[in-house]
Amino acid sequence: MSERAVNAAPERMPLRVRLALHDLDAVTLLVLPAVIFVIALFVYPFVYGFVLSFQPKTGDWLTNYRKFFSDPFLYDTIGATFRLAIPATLINVLISVPVALRVRRLERRRVLTTILVVPITLGTVLIAQGLLIYLGPQGWFNRVMAIIGVGQVRLVHNYVGVMLSLIMSGFPFTFLLTLSYLTGIDPSLEQAASTLGAKARARFVHILLPLLAQGLAINLCLSFVQTFSVFPSAVLLGAPAGETRVISIAAYQAAYEQYNYSMASAVAMIMGFCQLAVVVLILAGRNFVYRGAVTGGKG
Amino acid sequence: MMEDKPIGERLWAIAIWVLVIFFVINVLATIAAVAVDSFGTRWFNSWLPAGFTTCWYSSAWDEFQLHDVLIVTFEVVGAVVLLAGLLGVPAAYALARRNFPGKQAVILLFLLPMMIPPITFGIPLATVLYQAHLGGNMSGVILANLVPTVPFVVLVMIPFIEQIDPRIEAAARVFGAGTGRLFVHVLVPLLAPGILAALLLVLVRTIAMFELTFFTAGPDSQTLVVTLYYAVGSAGVRSNQSIDAMAVVYMLTTLVWLLIALRFVDPTQIVTRAKREAAH
Repeated sequence: MSERAVNAAPERMPLRVRLALHDLDAVTLLVLPAVIFVIALFVYPFVYGFVLSFQPKTGDWLTNYRKFFSDPFLYDTIGATFRLAIPATLINVLISVPVALRVRRLERRRVLTTILVVPITLGTVLIAQGLLIYLGPQGWFNRVMAIIGVGQVRLVHNYVGVMLSLIMSGFPFTFLLTLSYLTGIDPSLEQAASTLGAKARARFVHILLPLLAQGLAINLCLSFVQTFSVFPSAVLLGAPAGETRVISIAAYQAAYEQYNYSMASAVAMIMGFCQLAVVVLILAGRNFVYRGAVTGGKG
Repeated sequence: MMEDKPIGERLWAIAIWVLVIFFVINVLATIAAVAVDSFGTRWFNSWLPAGFTTCWYSSAWDEFQLHDVLIVTFEVVGAVVLLAGLLGVPAAYALARRNFPGKQAVILLFLLPMMIPPITFGIPLATVLYQAHLGGNMSGVILANLVPTVPFVVLVMIPFIEQIDPRIEAAARVFGAGTGRLFVHVLVPLLAPGILAALLLVLVRTIAMFELTFFTAGPDSQTLVVTLYYAVGSAGVRSNQSIDAMAVVYMLTTLVWLLIALRFVDPTQIVTRAKREAAH
């Protein structure tokens, strides 16, 4: 489409034709309604929230941020969120790699992927209710523990409960993502290495891992921002006034309990900034660990 | 080939499979616990409830006004699916067929609402909607749910449209069809499987979309998942079994559509379509 020869003197052509040569015509305009919608309801609210966070009800423009970083009840939420998000992200992504390496050779992997897509679809609220019963003091999990002889384990209304729900709803996501990156790698590359005598470990380190680096970095970023914005399970399965008081709870309370939208926007901006900072770190780290071709041999 | 694998490698493989099976068992048990409890009379200190009954379903139906909640849910979901299709498919067509300046910026614009979690942009979005007097009612819930779903439809549809031979469209144009007739008579029939898959996934996502609906819904515009959240949060007040009965109703409404959707798409595509795009 775009390779049309443009040799005639463009200034003598009508505007319509000149625009069409840049692929700007009536068909291109079809993109406008969706673009306007996303700008109006995604970009504008972000800008509005950013400005609003500097317009507190009382005090100067930095009041909200000063209040957030001077009140331990508020700034401790950052630490609480990182304490959940970093281990959950690492567990989910690191375990997804060896599991995906096995599963990709499976003939009937559709059965497994279908089972794993169920918790993603059901969402965190339902998983929270299920775990409350299953991991509860009278639940099946503790019954099995009692039989094994481990005894009663407290797994809900604390840090562990939220962590387990983050793994249960997060692992299928990271796994399916890793699996799709792995299956996108040309199998002949690995076969060639195998023919040349490379063992499984060497094939993984020298062939698959470099090709997978890009996908793993994106996987880490996505699952980190997902776990960093944990909300329903931190309330339902955790201790929302204590160790699992995450930053989204602080934002929610500012908006819907104190009706201080300016403060709520400030907390949302701080949350967004933390996510952005970690994403930038991960992507910078990837460049540090591996430089080279980034298209995993999928053309 | 299988026989001469070293023992360490075989143990490693066994460990991986044990882990996978352990995970799957826990997922299934978590879901089964909800279903079993919703049919149980009294469940205390035993593997299974003392007896089985269906009475919790009728009590949940009245207690949580499930009739109204389901109607609201399907109205919201129907509107979101329709509008996401109407806004998303034409935009995807333009992006698939034209290479205009700024196309990469437009694709990035569509990627961001899908990658940034709803909690982060939900509060500023809800603030703007309340300012415009659209918060706390159904139109606000629909608009908020369209923010991640319109980009989703665009990004899912682009590869489907790219697969269609442009000469078919050129032929239709030669015979005098305008863009409108091209869509109705040529593209929509050819794209039907892709549109169906995209919209079914939008449907499943919208039923399960908690955060955005939670932030924008008023008392009479709550969808099923938000009602479920309030019920689980008030577990001391409500009986656990009727909450579970509602949870089962929620699971059935979601999983039926998921099963239909899975006839058209591979499960890995549910998480990867848009993310692949991001990798380039």
